Amino acid sequence: MQVEMLGLSKHFGSTKAVNELNLTLYDGELMCLLGPSGCGKSTVLNMLAGILPVTSGTILFDGEDVTKYPPEERGIGLVFQNYALYPHMTVLGNICFPLEIQNVPKDERIKRATEMAELVHMEEYLNRKPKQLSGGQQQRVAIARALVKRPRLLLLDEPLSNLDARLRLEMREEIRRIQRKTEVTTVFVTHDQEEAMSISDHVALMKDGYLQQHDETQNLYNDPDNQFVADFLGNPPINNIPGHAEGKLFISNDGNSFIYEDMEKVPVGKKINLSVRAESFIVSSEKQDSTMEAKVLSVYQLGKEEMALLQFGGVEMRAYISFDHHLKAGDTAHLKLRNRGVFIFDLESGRRYA
Amino acid sequence: MTKQNKKRLGTLLYISGLAALFLGLVFLLAKNSGLYPMLLITSALLIASGLYLNHSYQTKLGTFKLFQHVLLILGAVVMVFPFYWMIASAFKTSAEMNIFPPTMLPNNWFNYDNFVIAFKTAPFARYFINSVITCLSSVAITTLTTILASFAFSRFNFPGKEIIFSLLLSMMMVPFEILVITNYTTIVKLSINDTLWALVLPFTSSIFYTYILRNFFQSIPDGLYWSARVDGCSNWRYLWKVMVPIAKPSLSTIVLLNAMASWNSFMWPMLVIKQDTNRTLPFGLYTFTTEVGANNELLMAASSVVVLPMIILFLFARKQIVGGVARGGIKG
Repeated sequence: MQVEMLGLSKHFGSTKAVNELNLTLYDGELMCLLGPSGCGKSTVLNMLAGILPVTSGTILFDGEDVTKYPPEERGIGLVFQNYALYPHMTVLGNICFPLEIQNVPKDERIKRATEMAELVHMEEYLNRKPKQLSGGQQQRVAIARALVKRPRLLLLDEPLSNLDARLRLEMREEIRRIQRKTEVTTVFVTHDQEEAMSISDHVALMKDGYLQQHDETQNLYNDPDNQFVADFLGNPPINNIPGHAEGKLFISNDGNSFIYEDMEKVPVGKKINLSVRAESFIVSSEKQDSTMEAKVLSVYQLGKEEMALLQFGGVEMRAYISFDHHLKAGDTAHLKLRNRGVFIFDLESGRRYA
Repeated sequence: MTKQNKKRLGTLLYISGLAALFLGLVFLLAKNSGLYPMLLITSALLIASGLYLNHSYQTKLGTFKLFQHVLLILGAVVMVFPFYWMIASAFKTSAEMNIFPPTMLPNNWFNYDNFVIAFKTAPFARYFINSVITCLSSVAITTLTTILASFAFSRFNFPGKEIIFSLLLSMMMVPFEILVITNYTTIVKLSINDTLWALVLPFTSSIFYTYILRNFFQSIPDGLYWSARVDGCSNWRYLWKVMVPIAKPSLSTIVLLNAMASWNSFMWPMLVIKQDTNRTLPFGLYTFTTEVGANNELLMAASSVVVLPMIILFLFARKQIVGGVARGGIKG
């Protein structure tokens, strides 16, 4: 099902939780609503579910205006962070419950619930109570319960936040697998950028109730629209060097300068950030035709590669280095910038110049 | 003897020592038997040897524990003694009742004449039925109204919700004795005084229980409600299919406390009931005392029967009553 949100807003008194959101979900895709806490992503989810009435705007399900529909008429499945299983019912009872409400005959109910349990690999636990299950198992049951009535849209509200790191990884792959298999259009709300990057077809990044960027997952990382998007995605975080441009010359606030072609695109007199991903430095111990010189503060082993903490003027930066350079703390590193993963943002507005 | 067995024997001796101590104290209080010094000495010996055999009691903590137990036993004696006295007296003859100093034990434990006479003198069977009817119906209706009100106050948003709830809570400050007057005039105006309706109608809702249950309902995560709603579950169905089953422990506490209060209520039946056939047990018992005069053994026999259902109820639901009172105390 294709979901469209047109000019969707939600205000709580004077707080504007969501502002003029325009967003489209394509049929059968998994979209992540990503953002720091309080950015309005859960509010969007609750409006899609019909739990919260909208202040203004329209929600279309396959072109049909469902803005005023009560939750039960929207054909959605919901999964919450705390699983929200009915504690007094068994796993089977929980998965059957949505069908029971729709007065599906008992035989069919059990048949469909068992199928769902098999899909989420919980068929051996049908007679257990939620208390007797681990967090990951409870989440599987919650997903089965949400899917059993074959919803048009599946909404997942931070479904992995209550799990420990290992289970989170496992469940994230499970959710992807189940979603691919059922081809149900899915909205996945999370504050974890890594989770969002790994699971979704599209990501919508929000901040303070405004949509920052909605794009294919990799584009958000490779081609951020503004400073916030660049900062939010990526681990280690992107390196920001404040300064200004003079022609092709970048002059940092500490007075270091070097040539960078794209500096031409910066309007005269604007303060900017030169933002460089950690993997976008070419680090060398020898002086070549390098553009920047930085002091090595420390070097970390990351297994397959090393990372150096560098001091460039007053800015601390992180950069991946290859093993053959043998840089140690105290050395001088010579840096060159790659073509990709280097952006120029306006310091005040966060607007991207290049 | 293995260490394990030694420990077991020690515990056994310790417990029998405590029992002997209890008996000794009872006899000491009754002052009617030369047995008590012997019993006390035996108990001391038993406890001491028990402690010696049982290693866990050999520590300093052991003496502290012993002290604790002695205090608890004293408390238990104080609490249990009236019950014992009631039951023992029920089997005594009139002559036995009036000798001084009083005897601890009845002469004949199989002397059930008092029960027969008591039940012949007053229609206790009728009282019992009345009590059951009023108790069951007021508990059933109260539970229903409590569930509905708690759900409304915990789940719905309506204008003035908080104010209305605060007003209700402030009603809890008004003592029952003040409400009695208005309740009485209402009952008279409805001209249902001197009927069982008068005993049920004023006790069909409870602010206190509503408060307890509302708090419990509020502690149930919102996710459950919205999951159910999204699936097309109505509020009514959600309440009975999800909320009520989850709240079972709280609800059974409420039912038990309510049943006890209703069973034991005395002042209100005395005010509104005149007819003999509409009396409930506690009130019937009271009128019985004036009718049988100084025949305390008859009164004790009747009392023993009256408290029996509550004692049985308590034995079966002890955990829930204690837990419920504690929960009510902590969370409101």
